[in-house]
Amino acid sequence: MTTMTIAKAINEGLRATLANNPRSLLMGEDIGPLGGVYRVTDGLFAEFGADRVVDTPLAESGIIGTAIGLSLRGYLPICEIQFDGFVFPGFNQITTQLAKMHSRSNGNLTVPVVIRIPYGGGIGSIEHHSESPEALFAHTAGLRIITPSNPHDAYWMIQQAVECQDPVIVFEPKRRYWLKGDVDTAAPGPSADPFKAHVLREGTDATVVVYGPLVPVALAAANAAAEDGHSVEVIDLRSISPIDFDTVTESVTKTGRLVVAHEAPTFGGIGGEIAARISERAFHSLEAPVIRVGGFHMPYPVAKVEEDYLPDIDRILEALDRAFSY
Amino acid sequence: MGATHLPSTEFDGTGIEDRLEAEAEARLGDPADPMVQLLAPDGTLGSDPVFSEYAERLDADKLRGFYADMAKIRRFDVEATALQRQGQLALWVPLTGQEAAQIGSGRASQPQDYIFPTYREHGVALTRNVDLAELLRQFRGVSNGGWNPKDTNFHLYTLVLAAQTPHAVGYAMGIQRDQKLAASAAAAAGNTGPAAEPQAAVMVYFGDGASSEGDVHESMVFASSYKAPVVFFCQNNHWAISVPTAVQTRIPLANRAKGYGFPGIRVDGNDVIAVHAVTEWALERARRGEGPVLIEAFTYRVGAHTTADDPTKYRESSEEEHWRAKDPLVRLETYLRAQGLADDAFFEQVRADGDELAAYVRKTTHDLETPDIRTAFANTYVEAHPLVAEELAWFEEYSAGFADEAEGAAN
Repeated sequence: MTTMTIAKAINEGLRATLANNPRSLLMGEDIGPLGGVYRVTDGLFAEFGADRVVDTPLAESGIIGTAIGLSLRGYLPICEIQFDGFVFPGFNQITTQLAKMHSRSNGNLTVPVVIRIPYGGGIGSIEHHSESPEALFAHTAGLRIITPSNPHDAYWMIQQAVECQDPVIVFEPKRRYWLKGDVDTAAPGPSADPFKAHVLREGTDATVVVYGPLVPVALAAANAAAEDGHSVEVIDLRSISPIDFDTVTESVTKTGRLVVAHEAPTFGGIGGEIAARISERAFHSLEAPVIRVGGFHMPYPVAKVEEDYLPDIDRILEALDRAFSY
Repeated sequence: MGATHLPSTEFDGTGIEDRLEAEAEARLGDPADPMVQLLAPDGTLGSDPVFSEYAERLDADKLRGFYADMAKIRRFDVEATALQRQGQLALWVPLTGQEAAQIGSGRASQPQDYIFPTYREHGVALTRNVDLAELLRQFRGVSNGGWNPKDTNFHLYTLVLAAQTPHAVGYAMGIQRDQKLAASAAAAAGNTGPAAEPQAAVMVYFGDGASSEGDVHESMVFASSYKAPVVFFCQNNHWAISVPTAVQTRIPLANRAKGYGFPGIRVDGNDVIAVHAVTEWALERARRGEGPVLIEAFTYRVGAHTTADDPTKYRESSEEEHWRAKDPLVRLETYLRAQGLADDAFFEQVRADGDELAAYVRKTTHDLETPDIRTAFANTYVEAHPLVAEELAWFEEYSAGFADEAEGAAN
């Protein structure tokens, strides 16, 4: 076991990938000598050189598009998109090309591209630097989407994403990059399957499903609820596409109440999909409607008011109170 | 920091203003900017200080082959159009008029090269030995692809304009890395001789309309930055559905290469000998590691954009007549006959071969099987996916319900 931050864990995971697979390479803006704006690729350029850690022209469609071409030639490109809000110039390549190539080719071609996207708010930044666009990608068949919430998962998930033969988007919770935790670099243990949800805290009265940056918030909310005598189970979804509905269903069958929280707007979001599926799968176990906690239907607000926008402990507790009121 | 620190370009950009004017005036007529032409519309062979050397490599067999290919693909085009009119295809994208651009460039490629086409590159597909009946699967609605690109190094048609251009550059970046990996593996094995694998290049097709797409720009930036072995082959067929080239560009498209720092050449796209020469030069250059080239093949889409289009709404038939006089097949036939390289029997045989191909394509199209939607479930992801599995299971159960109903009705 080694203690490291999420950023360092991703860095170590990328280092292991580059060392183990000569056909893997990193591509992105400022990821070379600078090590990325969040220093996630720090030191990798010096260690592996300019052909493996590629500072690209400043063009997101070009990054994704050339990564697709490299993957068609048998390479394993790992692209960094600098910020969530800057993925959209590459959206066409991701949704019309990357997601569909395997299907279009009737299974003859594979495009195992990995795209890393730092996402989410709470960092006091300017426009386009705090968004959570995961639902836009989850709606596109052909893509897989995972998001680590702790250093151990971060270390293994980035490597599992590279090993996966499907294209994978890794959403990295940027405000948790400096969250520290233990990493077992010898074996993934319970994190062997990146597409499986984890029950982080067991409870009997209600379930809270979260992922990425809101995981620590949900755990804190569960602690607070315990002081009021409510036993709350917390699930880290880990994978947004596919979603491990079995784990969520099992939990809700036990607790009878479900709150889903994410930073992304609730309308058309992942929470709505979970609410719909769980209402079908566990209708007779539900004591209350599934309640969603998330961003409002507005562009991500300015930094000075983002605290009013982002789900926090109180917002999750308020949702739990509503669930308990039925 | 002085101006000397700016990257220099080896291509002179003077005279642009004059060319702007000339191009604006020349939209419907002959190009005002110099272009490489070897075989004139009247069938006489001219010379070029650089490219005649490449033309001289072509023996009589090759030239007859070019003609046979062009005639074959034109016949195929007629047949596919007829199949669409008869309701056998949802849509067809005719290539008539662009045979020389496609056959000349495609025949300049080698098997180890990889080609990224647009959806109109039926002639290039022919040169890559793609089964032409497979091209029709997409238009028949039984596949979104239709062939396995690994068999011929001819990629699938991409319908989002220019989206294939960065794929081509990335593929070319992969070829560069292959060469480095092979060199380091050889060095590790103590072998310092030349690489056993032939050097490869990539060629990517797009049109004058798609040249406005951002992906073309980004691709050329990447290709230039990494000196990728890629040839950008732009068929300027003068019309992006109903919009003329002048709306896409105010300068000859080939001139844009200067801005990226690599050569751009305009070639008479209806002259199969010149197209072949220029493409061979560009591909050889790319394979040698000298970087990208932009070729603008100046040609004309004689027919409609697709079978859903009606050119009478946006252009004069006199314009089509003007271009028919530059027909790529007629000029090569004139040359072959004048040089005594082909006789009536040859042209008769070409016609018979075309009819045979058409009959094959017609029969195969009728026989194309409708796929089972289960193949779409199977091909969405490579690895097992619980949602796909769940939806497939539901579909099976749902479908089985109808089977019971049918059985009940039969009883």
